[in-house]
This record gives sequence, structure tokens and C-alpha cells, in this order.
Amino acid sequence: MELSEHIKTANVEDVTLRRPFHPALRGTLCVTSHHLLFSDRKDEASWQLLILLKNIDAIEKSVENLFGYPRAMGSSGTITIKCKDLLVLQLEIPGMEECLNIASSIEALSSLESVTEMYPFFYRPSHLTLNGPWGLSSTEQYYKQTERLWDRWRVSTVNSDYSVCPSYPSAVIVPREVDDDKLIRSARFRQGGRFPVLSYCHHRNGMVIMRSSQPLTGANKKRCKEDELLLQAVIDGSELGYIIDLRSAQQAQQARMTGGGFESKSFYSHWKRIHRHHERGKIVQESLIKLVEACSDPSHSVDRWLSKLENSKWLSHVHSALSTAGLVVECVERDGHSVLVHGSEGTDNTLLVSSLAQLILDPASRTVTGFLCLLEREWIQAGHPFQQRCAHSAYSHARLKQECPIFLLLLDCVWQVWRQFPLALEFSEALLLRLAQEVYASNYGTFLCNSEQERCAAGVKENTHCLFQSLLRPDIEEQYLNPLYEPTDLAIWPSVHPQSLQLWTGLFLRWTEYAQNMEEAREEVWSIVKEHHEQAGPDRTNNTLSTHCDTLTPFENLMDELTIL
Amino acid sequence: MEHIITPKVEYVKLLNTYPEKKSALGTLYLTATHLIYVEQTNNNARTETWVLHHHILSVEKLPLTASGCPLLIRCKTFQLLHLLFQRERDCQDVFQSLLRLSQPVKEEELYAFLYNPHQNEEDRRQGWEFISVANDFSRMGLSNEYWEISHLNKNYEICSTYPSILGLPKNASVAVVTGSAKFRSRGRLPVLSYYHKDTKAALCRCSQPLSGLTSRCVEDEQMLQAISQANSNCPFIYVVDTRPKLNAMANRAAGKGYENEDNYSNIRFQFQGIENIHIMRNSLQKLLEVCSMKSPSMSDYLTGLENSGWLRHIKSVMDAGVFLAKAVCDERVSVLVHCSDGWDRTAQVCSLACILLDPYYRTIKGLMVLIEKEWISFGHKFSHRCGHLDTDPKEVSPVFTQFLECVWQLSEQFPCVFEFNERYLIEIHNQVYACQYGNFIGNCQKERLDMRLHEKTFSLWPYLLKNQHLYRNPLYRRSLESTVLRPSTLPLHFKFWCGMYNHYDRGMHPKQSVLDQLLSLTQKQVEGERTMTELQRQLAVADGVLPDPSGPINTPAEQDSPSEKTPTAPVVQSNGSCAPLINGDAEEAGPGAEKCNEKEGADPGATEHDLTSSEDKPVSVETEHSKEEVHESS
Repeated sequence: MELSEHIKTANVEDVTLRRPFHPALRGTLCVTSHHLLFSDRKDEASWQLLILLKNIDAIEKSVENLFGYPRAMGSSGTITIKCKDLLVLQLEIPGMEECLNIASSIEALSSLESVTEMYPFFYRPSHLTLNGPWGLSSTEQYYKQTERLWDRWRVSTVNSDYSVCPSYPSAVIVPREVDDDKLIRSARFRQGGRFPVLSYCHHRNGMVIMRSSQPLTGANKKRCKEDELLLQAVIDGSELGYIIDLRSAQQAQQARMTGGGFESKSFYSHWKRIHRHHERGKIVQESLIKLVEACSDPSHSVDRWLSKLENSKWLSHVHSALSTAGLVVECVERDGHSVLVHGSEGTDNTLLVSSLAQLILDPASRTVTGFLCLLEREWIQAGHPFQQRCAHSAYSHARLKQECPIFLLLLDCVWQVWRQFPLALEFSEALLLRLAQEVYASNYGTFLCNSEQERCAAGVKENTHCLFQSLLRPDIEEQYLNPLYEPTDLAIWPSVHPQSLQLWTGLFLRWTEYAQNMEEAREEVWSIVKEHHEQAGPDRTNNTLSTHCDTLTPFENLMDELTIL
Repeated sequence: MEHIITPKVEYVKLLNTYPEKKSALGTLYLTATHLIYVEQTNNNARTETWVLHHHILSVEKLPLTASGCPLLIRCKTFQLLHLLFQRERDCQDVFQSLLRLSQPVKEEELYAFLYNPHQNEEDRRQGWEFISVANDFSRMGLSNEYWEISHLNKNYEICSTYPSILGLPKNASVAVVTGSAKFRSRGRLPVLSYYHKDTKAALCRCSQPLSGLTSRCVEDEQMLQAISQANSNCPFIYVVDTRPKLNAMANRAAGKGYENEDNYSNIRFQFQGIENIHIMRNSLQKLLEVCSMKSPSMSDYLTGLENSGWLRHIKSVMDAGVFLAKAVCDERVSVLVHCSDGWDRTAQVCSLACILLDPYYRTIKGLMVLIEKEWISFGHKFSHRCGHLDTDPKEVSPVFTQFLECVWQLSEQFPCVFEFNERYLIEIHNQVYACQYGNFIGNCQKERLDMRLHEKTFSLWPYLLKNQHLYRNPLYRRSLESTVLRPSTLPLHFKFWCGMYNHYDRGMHPKQSVLDQLLSLTQKQVEGERTMTELQRQLAVADGVLPDPSGPINTPAEQDSPSEKTPTAPVVQSNGSCAPLINGDAEEAGPGAEKCNEKEGADPGATEHDLTSSEDKPVSVETEHSKEEVHESS
């Protein structure tokens, strides 16, 4: 069925649009295969609102007969559109039939599941071309750029046809002394074939963060020599490594009943296992739903709000994620040990913890480019199933399948780090908000599909544009930069006291008046910094504003600029 | 000094609130005014913790442990000191000394009567005249055809707890005024708090009427009539009782109560439901328990916050303030506000409404004027509410703290409309309890006069003004100043004020400060402009346009700006690094530059360690008082 066949009514005139904190507008509404377009034809200056249908999480319609309606049509309908970026709109549509038609078109077109029918495959802006490399970096390039890996690590292409691990990229970084055969055997011993691979190598001491899925020890306590050798090779003579298991000890025990398990002390004698319980899947999704519901609660009771905030548990998830990331950093940076992180599948909390730990440890991941590279490496290439996890957001009434806002949780945690270290990140809150939006509905192909394999099969790299590239080229927009950025080589260790963590108002109150006040403040900060730079001369300006142009900025000189506690 | 049993104890441990961080070892000193803890660290850096005796809320001896005798000191500034003595004897001595030192019995024992900030009598006099309530009335455009500044209360005979000058409606006769005063609790009759020039609506305040179940008073009714008539824009006034209805009704049985709409023509009566001082005191107590919980989970914390009810009370004050501002500005209606005595809740909501209505009160000086007007002169009982002297603990209540918090909550919603930053509010809060200056001593104007505070103590305001560069909000936009603030009062906008209640838990605060960064940028800018002006002046001199220079290049600039004397400017210039500013300790550095140097000279290795060590725990806790002040008095 062609997409256009879903559209029964393409155009309606005299539609009234209501948005929070804006006066109502009257104009024309159009539905196309991928967009909802509202244009206000007041005078010459027309104002348009373009919404990707994929951004629509839920629609509610109510039809009523209205006597005395201006056009004497006798009936009209109201559609409430709830978007995945948490915007809520109301459209008053004259004519019951039109209203129902529009609603059913939106319902059908916003829930398309075929990747190649999605908008990124049709998005062809004039300033971008489809030729050239897709993405910012590849495993091979990352390896080439990271000299400290060359000695003990190698790039393995054992997964080049995705047969060893369907959710891994074609190339991964593994200990040099472990050959591909051993990797294949280790993969068979790990859920989904996600054998331990390198995630990060610390620039100070060469300690690494590895990630994987759980070992398939099962009830019979099976073991895999190759898996043990692989982990032995990781610590290479040093005394001890830490396994951070993102499940409680009890959950890990229970996992054995269903074929999963954990690394037992007797077979992995040089690894010490620490359990940290993290919620996953449906529970986190429901947290988001409850939190968003609490934020739009019109009640004026503080007690009710605090109780709903508590009950949503969202901040508890933020708390656990940052605490565990802090634990990983403690092992790597302070105690000088390598770490293996995994939960069950190794595609969600594992990535959350490993990427947060890198943000805290690695100055290179705090630049715009570095951060986007981190996301590309640790989320896109590492096989976070975006399509499944982000199918719906907080408003959908659809039965939950595999939705889980782990990526949103990551962005929230990054925001918390930014709030505590407002000078240490090169990017701004606006970039995080943009990513929070793009991950659910995008013109770009970056967040399509669940793995590299799927992306290859669907031809994503050939037929869509890459968000990260577009964010960086030709020059990054000012709003995505942090005007106060001052690089530091130190680990930026966030406090995880409950008093130190806050609701991410930028995201959850994004469409309120409050956001406008914050925007004013941001502009004021920019203008102060610019004024200062003008006076300080061009040197200073270059230093802060153009670091994003270099890939993975070198940090040799930055010790001089240490400005933190 | 006779109360100090042991002036110095060595090998005292300062335990950290958080078990992970190792505790410090140091020496404890007791002076006439301060408790001083000097920590010895390995690399010869000294960290000093100064606690003013007046700031001490309670001293508690905890049960003996294997490692020594613990002493827990709680401060009114929400600082907690957990000391561990090696010898029981020392602990007991310090305990006894502090019990006495922290609870002065007579007014003359208060710090303000000893303290002299190197000012002569003329400075002192000018300091006290610096903020004038009378000037604020002129600023509002009074007297005018409706309102006059009256001296009827110049001997405090009509109302002993009111100021000597009162704003009264012009057409209220002396008989009406005195009659109305007799019908109000403690004679606190309806008087002007704020006059809104644009709408002609007035904000008035008083105490509850002595209406009981049936009483009425013609003069009081005429008084309200006069207030109503002073605003031609509206035929009625709102009478707002800020108490919960139940409390107001209970008061009727005691011969007090609230206005009966039937007796007063053209009033619209409203309850606002702010709880009384006892409930507020208990609520703060619960909040502080949450603040000092050891490693709570997120749920423990949020549940504790909810159960404390604190933010609910803050919101109730804010709601009432917003109601008043809307009435005056949007509905153009005059409002009369009262609670029971009209010196707690009434002061809170009137001053909050003033801030919402008038951008002047959002400036550094404007807030001083507002506090002087609505709190000090209208007889908020600072001595009782803050427990300056050893008096009835049931009189103590964080009413003023709540007002400061409401201002902070507003500044979180509107980051660009206040001239001052959070530190200003915290500094005022500390000073209220410090009794270092005379402003917040006594319960009303008459009492202060009787104590001859203006002759014996100094005023806080000139000190704050001198340091105003520390309190500036770099985001302040004057262009926005004409607007009335319309805050959202949805519960989710009320946040826990970590900077106040966990002020001394440095580890909980952001590790880098946008405020300091922006202050240092704008400070450089100000200096740059000043240098430019100076260069131009020199050129002019060289060209013979101006007469001979009065001194070397920098002198005039230094005279211009007291800010040059602060630690911030020289440090920024000397090494081009902003380190001491960015670590968020600028305010602790206070007027004494020594501490700043200490930090600057600290081993960079140690700096790094602090950041990367397991958790981010307070590195040091220090008070804001400079050493200079203590040498003076000890």
C-alpha cells in the first residue's frame, strides 16, 4: 500500500491550532506522507508548523456537534496531538468527517514500521549530498587515532558478516593476543554473541573499560576456556579486574535458571564481581510515562507532586546510573584497574554506564565532536536497539513492547553532569535536547534500525543523511556550544547525593513559559561571553569556539588551564 | 571571657558527615566571639573553620565512643560540626563553655555591641541613615492626594510595635485612626505597606480585628472605607487573612478573629491558609533532618522532603504573595492583609508582593529597603524569632528564612530579573543570626530606640553595599525591570534550596560555578573599561586639556571602586587564571584576602586529588567572617 493511500483528507481550511502558552492560531492543515503541516495565512507573513508524523506519540480525538458554528456546518472535531518530544497540540477541525479522516491518517502514518518507508529515506535537503562516508568515525579509524591501543589491542573483523554477533559492528577492538577463533567461542558463551570488547582505554594509565552481555553459564555452571582467556588477556598480568554486573546478585543467580549467569569466582580468579541493581525495560519506560504525567498534573498540591515525582522513580534511575558510572571511574581512575561492564543483553544499561564513565573520565568525549563520536561508537555501532526502544515515548496508549528510554536517561545523566560541571563540556543543553528529539523522530538515518547489520541491510548509509555529520558541518550552530567551556584534563566526578540531582526541567518543562525564561538567561550568558571575547581579542575566541573542528582535540596543553577545584 | 573554660584544645577530630571521607585532625580554639577549628594537613596548608557563637543553635554531647568523646554542634546557618575529643574532660569543658557562649542572656552580650568595623561616629551615623523608609515613601510618590505620611505614632503611643511614621489614607481622621487601632490586636491598625502608582491601588497591612463573635467597631469600618476610597479605580477592597480559616475561627473564641463581610461595606474577604510559626518551626526541623540524612536513597530523600511539608509552606506564602500582586496590578484593587499579630505572615506576603510588583525591590539596595520597611520597621520580632537571646523556644520560627527562600525560588524562575545572586540572600540570612550588626536586634523600632542601637552598634547595609560586587547577578537585565513578575506556582517549580540548607555540604554543590565565571568575566570588563577611561584621561592631561594628574595611574580607579580591594580582582589579574573564583568559594574568602592566597598556593596535586577522590565531600567549611574582625574583638 502506498503511503499516500492512507491520506483520505489532505487539506483542511479554518483549523484552529492551540499550543501551550501561545495564542490560538487559525490556518490550513495539511497531511502528507510524513508530515503534518499547519500554516497560518495571516497577512503575508505566514507562520508554519511542521511536525514529523513519526514524532506523534498519541492522538486523541473528540467529535461534537456544535450549533452556531461560523460556517454552519454543524459539526467539528478536536484532535489532541501528543508528540514524542513532549509537545502537546490541539487542532480544532471543522467538519466531523474531515476530523476523523485526519485522525486516522495520522494514526496510520505515524506508526509505520518499515524502515525504508521512513522519512530519512526521502529527506533530501539541497545542502547535503549522499556521497561520501557516513558517520563520524569507524572502529578502524578510532583505533588508528588512539595510539595507546596499538601495543596491546587489535581490530578484529571476525564479525565482518555479522554472523558471530548480529548486534555488534563488523569490527571490534580486542586484546592482541586473543585470536579470532577464541572470540568465536567466547561469543557462543555470551548472550546474543556479545563477547567482551574494548569500550574505552584510559589515557592516564592504560586501564580499560570492556563491555559484553552475560555469560551463558546456566544452571550447570558451564564454563568457557576461551572466554576466561579473553578476560585474562584484558588484565594482562595486573592483579585484578572488576566486573560490574548491572543486576543484583539475586537477579544474576536467577538468570542462571534461564540459561544466563555470571562469571564465577573460581573460573575468573583475577576478576572481582560487584553487583549494582539497575532497572530495565518496561519499568524504566513506565517511569518516564509517570514522570511526564506528573509534570503535566494541574494540581496545586506540593505533596502530590513530590509523591508523584518519587513514585515515578525516574530520578532514582538517574541516581543509579551516575552512581555506577562513578564506581567504574573509581576502579579505572583511582584504583587503576580494568573493568568489564555487563547486565543481561549488554545493549542498554551496559552502554549507559560505559558511556557515562567515559564522559566522566575522558576529556576528549566532552567536546561536541568527541561526544557525538562517543554516542556513535557506544550506542549506534554498539547496537543499542533504537528502533525497538524508541518506538513510543511517554504518551502512547499502545501496549508496551520493547520500548525503554535508556538513551533519554543517558541524556538526562549527561545533563546532570553538565549542571555540576557547567564549564567542562563543550556542548550545551540545547544539543542534548536536540538529540532527545531526534532519537524519537528524525530527518536523519542515524537512529534508524537496531544494529549495524540492519542498517546495512536497509541501505541506511547509502540512502539517508547522518545527523552527527550534519550537526558538525559546515559549522556547528552556536546554540549547541557551551559559551563557558574550559577544557579540563581531570575526571569530572559528579555528586550523586539526592540533593545534587534535579529534575531536568529543560526537557520535562520544555514547552512551558519557564523554558522561555531559561532561554533569556542563556542568551544573556552568550552576550556576556561574546562581549568579553571581543575585548580579550581573537586568540581567546578561537580557543573556545573552534575546538570542535579538530577531531578528538589533543589535550597536551590543557594542564595549564586547569581551573577546577 | 569568663565563660571560656578552655581556650584551646589540641588533637580534636572534625568528623565528616560522610563516612567515606576521612576526618580531619586539628586544634580547637574558643574566643570571646568565635569557635575556631584549625585543621593541620600534611602539606602545611591550614584550613580554618570559624563559627560565630551566635550562630550556634545547639550543642550536644553524644555518648562516648571507642575513638573519643563526640560533640555535635548545630548552627542556625545550617552548618553541622561533629567534633571528636580525645579526653572527656576537654569535651565537657568545651561543651559547657559553648552552652553559655551560644546563649547570651543580656542584649549587651551580643556581638554587635563589641564589634567595630573601623568606622568613626560619622560613618556610623551615615551608615544608619543609608536606608530610609521615608525615602521609599517618596519614591512611591507619597504624600499625594489620597495618602499621607503621618507622624501620629511618633511616640509609639498608638501602636508600640509600629514605626514612628505611617502611611495613612488622607481622609481618615485621627479619631478613626486611634479608634481602629484599639480594635486591632496590639494596636496594629491598617496602614500602608506599598502604593502602586500606576493603578493607585494600595497594599495595606494590620493585625486581626478584635471582633470576637459579634463585636464591631465603627472607626475600624471607617478606616477600611477610607482605604477603599483612596483608590478611585475600584469600589471595593480585598481583605486577606493569611491564616487558615480554622485558625482564624478559633481566634474568634478568644475575642479576636476576622472581619465580618456584613459589617464592612465593600470588602471582599479571603483566607490564604499559611500555617503558624509553630508548624513552620517543626517543618524546618523535619527538613533539616532530611538534609542531614546519611546517604539516603532518592526515594528516602523525596519522601522526606514531602513529609517535611516545607515546600508546601513555601508555596502557600508564594501563592498569597501572587494573589496580592495580581489584585493590585491586574485588578487594580487595594488589599488589606493581616494574620494574627500582623508581623509574621503579613510581613512575608507583603514583602513578597512588593518584589513581584516593583522592580526596585529586586535590586541590591531595593531589597535592603524592603527588609528595613516591611520587616524591621513594622516590628517583625527578630530577637524572638531568631532566638538571639535565651528566651522562649516557642517564639523561634524561620519566618524570615521563608521569605528569603521565596525570593530565591523566584530567582530560579526568573534568572535575569534580580540584581543580586543567591549569595546575597544567604549572606543576609547569616547576618540576621550573627548579631554582628545592630539591624536585626530587638523586636520593634521602639525597642531598638530604647537600646540606643544606632549609637552602640553599626548598620549592616553599608557593609553589604561595599561588597556588592560579590552579590551581583551578572545576568541581571535592567531592560526587564519594568515588568511585574508573574511566577508559575505549579508545585514542580518549588525546588529544594540546597545552597541554603546544605550550604556547608560543599560536595553536594556544582563543582564549577557559572556565577563565578560570569562575575569574573564581567569584572574584567568593568576593569577594562576603567583602564580605558584612565588612559583617555592621561591623554587628555598630556594634551593639556585637563589639569595636572592627581596621582599615579591606578590611584583614582582604586578610589572609585571598593571592589578593587577584594580578593577577586587582584587574583584574576595576577596570574590570568580564574581558579579561586571557579571553585565556588569566593564568598568564603570574604574581605580577607589571606584565604584566597592559601588556596592559590595549595599544592596542585592536592587539588587534583580532591576532585578525583571517591566522593565529592566538603573540603573545608568556613564561615564568612574575616580574621580581621576577630582580632578586633578577642
